[in-house]
Amino acid sequence: MTVHQPTAPAAFSLPEYERPAGVHPPLNSPAYRSTALRAPGQPPVLLPQHLTEITGPLLGEGRVTATDADLTTGHGGEPLGERIIVTGRVLDSDGRPVPDTLVEIWQANASGRYHHAVDEHPAPLDPNFSGVGRCVTDSSGRYRFVTIKPGAYPWRNHPNAWRPAHIHFSLFGRAFTQRLVTQMFFPGDPLYFQDPIFNSVPQAARERLICRFDLDLTEPEWALGFGWDIVLRGQRATVFENEGDA
Amino acid sequence: MTGPGLTPSQTVGPYLGMGLPWTDGPFVVPEGTPGAITITGVVRDGAGAPVPDALVETWQADPDGRFGHPDDPRGAAEPKVAGFRGFGRCPTDADGSYRIVTLRPGALPCPDGGTEAPHIDVSLFSRGLLDRVVTRIYFGDEQEANAADPVLREVDPDRAGTLIAKADPAVPGLFRFDITMRGDGETVFFDV
Ligand SMILES: [Fe+3]
Repeated sequence: MTVHQPTAPAAFSLPEYERPAGVHPPLNSPAYRSTALRAPGQPPVLLPQHLTEITGPLLGEGRVTATDADLTTGHGGEPLGERIIVTGRVLDSDGRPVPDTLVEIWQANASGRYHHAVDEHPAPLDPNFSGVGRCVTDSSGRYRFVTIKPGAYPWRNHPNAWRPAHIHFSLFGRAFTQRLVTQMFFPGDPLYFQDPIFNSVPQAARERLICRFDLDLTEPEWALGFGWDIVLRGQRATVFENEGDA
Repeated sequence: MTGPGLTPSQTVGPYLGMGLPWTDGPFVVPEGTPGAITITGVVRDGAGAPVPDALVETWQADPDGRFGHPDDPRGAAEPKVAGFRGFGRCPTDADGSYRIVTLRPGALPCPDGGTEAPHIDVSLFSRGLLDRVVTRIYFGDEQEANAADPVLREVDPDRAGTLIAKADPAVPGLFRFDITMRGDGETVFFDV
């Protein structure tokens, strides 16, 4: 379909994106107290996936510079903490790479403090670390960041509450249906058991939020390497094919 | 035939403002573009309090009802208006307000031959939301198109008004669209 038509044909077909079940946290998750006033009380209305939903912003070009993917540079000095490489592929659930898509991250510094006016955690700010990065995936869907391992930080959800170390990730994919904001965690963190945000995810899908340490991604005498693939909703082959499997 | 498992969503938390800002985010078209409209409103929580740490993102067709995207079966449209991006992003202020400067989208053909009224898809993110919630902005002065819209027709008529942006009678080109996350007057949210 390379011919641009002023109007669509009388009937046409559109890709249909998988509707996930058992993957995302329930919006009403009482253990995470902020959900009480912010999660909708009414069930959502099913939205057909029409033109607005199967298209989406193709962001990237002109939005990032090459240095945006290295959070350890650009501040006149080196940030404190454990230097790490975080890399992986953005895929859809059919296993297809998602190339040329914007990936945004933000995180606390090595002491567990965000470079943000609202963060009152009495841990030191690091003048050489703002904790914000972005990059665009390559033709194989790969992203790569150089950063500092974030520290755990306290919050006031429950007595002695601490967030496990994490990096916030924002992804667009290629369609409005694929938009995803999530958090990446680290292997072996002792704080998982008491974190209602991590544990809001259905158990079967929870480990997908944890990256893996990878010696092959580790650069000798320079930085530890962690691998983490991100999987966005894929297109179903036809509208009807999978309906019986759910 | 199973592929890799989907990555679960997590909340943006309270510090999204540092990771997701764009100085030109609210400008779907550059300020001063002829015909540009402003949509503004307040995001409120279930206690009616303004939400100062939310992020509103918008995605929409151009005024001809076209998208600069290859999956549109009519082909990817070339932008007719310089700088039109289709996408907007605005964090809420201390008073819970956001604004988006854009062009009115055109109506859209549906796969089954119907027509969708002009609309803007909205993603709302905030602390306390473990996944985005999705809603739609329709326009109050498109009554005929709205009455025929296949999505609005599926919404409880008592709640459909939450999806309608209302023109400000005093300011041409200004529309008001508040979002209530929960409780009295709760905005209709969609499972996309
Ligand atoms: Fe965080």
